[in-house]
Amino acid sequence: MKLALLSDIHANLQAFDACLADARARGATQIALLGDLVGYGADPVAVMQRVMTLAAGGAWVLKGNHDELACHPPEHLASHALGEITAGWTHAQLGNEQREFLDALPLTHQDGSTLLVHASVDSPARWHYVKDERSAAESLGAAAQTDASVRYVFGGHVHRQTLYFQGSGRGLMQFLPTPGTAIPVPSHRSWLATIGSVGQPRDGRTEAGYALFDRHAERLTFVRVPYDFHAAAAAIRAAGLPDFFADRLSKGE
Amino acid sequence: MKLLEPGATLDGFVIEACLHAGGMAHVYRVNYLAAGHHPGFLMAMKVPRMSTGDGAENLVGFEVETQILQSVSGPHVPRFVAAGDMTRMPYLVMEYIEGDPLQHWIDTARDTGVRPDALTIARLGEAVAKGAHSLHQQNVVHQDLKPANVVIRASGDAVLLDFGLSYHAHFPDLLAEEMRKAIGSPAWMAPEQVVGVRGDPRSDVFAIGVMLYELVTGELPFGAPQTSGGLRQRLWMDPTPPRALKADVPDWLQEIILRCLEPEAAQRYPSAAHLALDLGHPDQVLITARGTRLRGTPWTTHLKRWFKAAGKEYQPSPPPVEQIDQVPIVMVALPHRDVTDATLYSLRVAVNRALGSRPGARLACVTVISSSDTSSTDDSRSETRVYGQHLERQRQWVRGVDLAGRQVSHHVLESGDVAGALVNYARDNHVTVLVVGAATHGLKLQPFIATIPIKVAMEAPCTVILVKQALPFVQLASAGA
Repeated sequence: MKLALLSDIHANLQAFDACLADARARGATQIALLGDLVGYGADPVAVMQRVMTLAAGGAWVLKGNHDELACHPPEHLASHALGEITAGWTHAQLGNEQREFLDALPLTHQDGSTLLVHASVDSPARWHYVKDERSAAESLGAAAQTDASVRYVFGGHVHRQTLYFQGSGRGLMQFLPTPGTAIPVPSHRSWLATIGSVGQPRDGRTEAGYALFDRHAERLTFVRVPYDFHAAAAAIRAAGLPDFFADRLSKGE
Repeated sequence: MKLLEPGATLDGFVIEACLHAGGMAHVYRVNYLAAGHHPGFLMAMKVPRMSTGDGAENLVGFEVETQILQSVSGPHVPRFVAAGDMTRMPYLVMEYIEGDPLQHWIDTARDTGVRPDALTIARLGEAVAKGAHSLHQQNVVHQDLKPANVVIRASGDAVLLDFGLSYHAHFPDLLAEEMRKAIGSPAWMAPEQVVGVRGDPRSDVFAIGVMLYELVTGELPFGAPQTSGGLRQRLWMDPTPPRALKADVPDWLQEIILRCLEPEAAQRYPSAAHLALDLGHPDQVLITARGTRLRGTPWTTHLKRWFKAAGKEYQPSPPPVEQIDQVPIVMVALPHRDVTDATLYSLRVAVNRALGSRPGARLACVTVISSSDTSSTDDSRSETRVYGQHLERQRQWVRGVDLAGRQVSHHVLESGDVAGALVNYARDNHVTVLVVGAATHGLKLQPFIATIPIKVAMEAPCTVILVKQALPFVQLASAGA
């Protein structure tokens, strides 16, 4: 099985389409969407149409914190958090059927030795950021407690591509992958990867990010895909959403 | 895993003979079980020697070797054939390399009391350096080069074995841990490896220096320390100069060896290709005080370095490919006759540009002459004389190049096929950029016929800069008048 792992699409239709096309070209046989399908971006309706079609075709789809927000936007924008500003707008755009689909999504999905989650397996609904070796170990540890046969935990949420692995010492080690290289991830070890963001990369590069896991060959490839971020930014401005969300796409931050 | 008997079978392979029963693994000659199925080369199977209690660390190295062997290619590594499941039955099948391990030369010298001559040692070292550079170009650092891990084929080429401690810049380093520790073989390990820095190609340059030192003197420059204090000595200590042990060691060879063994990586050859170029051209080695020194470094200097080493912070190393890209070997093809000042001027401008601001770059000037240019009967065209004239012209030309202390070497090649000779030289010496004059129309005194630059551009294994010459100065003068 070649599993395409896409996360943090954030209603960026251009990036989503580019990654899906790339994954198909690379022979992906199973699609997994790890949450934050909407929020920030200008095309929640079109993105959700694609997501629901994919789900009907067997794709695994998880809920992220922005999906939760879009289903239940805060009534008062007390904090003026940027995510909350777009949540209300997104909520209004989506149809009932789309909202119900979003709200019913699971927080995790397990398939054999592979466990998928939006943020951290350690209390998935609290959306902990897996941003260092310690938080990665907490997520991986929680996964092992759930099911000792889990070897791979894949998540999004942090918008960065990072692989955590067991070195020769006691703790986990962090590895920054080179996009496009197939990294051996043998199943007698445990691995945790944050697979990056399709719709809003934040590592200084504009290319959309996703990952491809070849479960038979036990290799994980982090992928970056160039897409038309000018069009995605223009759509955000045209929708009347804050410029900030458009600007950051052209900087990858 | 207990010893397998000849005739035993494993996953479609049949054991033919045990080649080596080491502390870490057994190595067997194997063949495919199915008749008529053969890869076209001999095969060896490596099976780790696991027993309860000593398994873990041993197996990690085996896992690393399995991963890296599958990711590298070329004539300097054994070809990968198959790997067994790590948890069920770990084994590795690869090409069996025919030849002698480098250890053979060291053993023979010890047994017979006759050491190989300097040029033989240089050829061996050049072969190993070329093999190491080929790995570095694939983003791998060997980290455990030693005479037992190098096989010299009958052709003289080196094949590097045993990637159990190697480092691949694109893979998670399974041998790394949060508390850095020394990973390598004590006698050959570079100082930065002692403090746990992995992935610097210059660590392999250091190990080659240790091997050359042993070939030359019969001794190990730093012994084979068993304690971490003993290992740390090389962070500040220079070894005894080879010439102090063996008076007949040529200065160029000592220069090369001691440059490889500099405690600070930045003082060594910046890449194995640079080292190979010097080993292949002893007459071009720039000999400094290092090459002629007969006594060890004064203790006061060692004491100062000891203090410096004690407080030194070691930075992680950039990926091998990035590092060697910063230290290019720039080759310029200088036409051997009928060349205008304008052509020479344009080549100089292009070379200055190619060298750029990189302090680690080096320049190789190459002129190809045809064999009819020299004569064994006519003294005025004797080989020595003709070569001497070309080398002198090269030296004059190079005076106008902004070298800023960078190394330059001069080479005259004799061949009927100019393009072929240039391309071969570039390939043999891992040249990074080849600067060659482009044939342009309208000039009577064209140095190359038009097809040469095209052939070079198509066949060269590196970037080629085709230089269009500026207008001949005569024309510039008349245009200005």
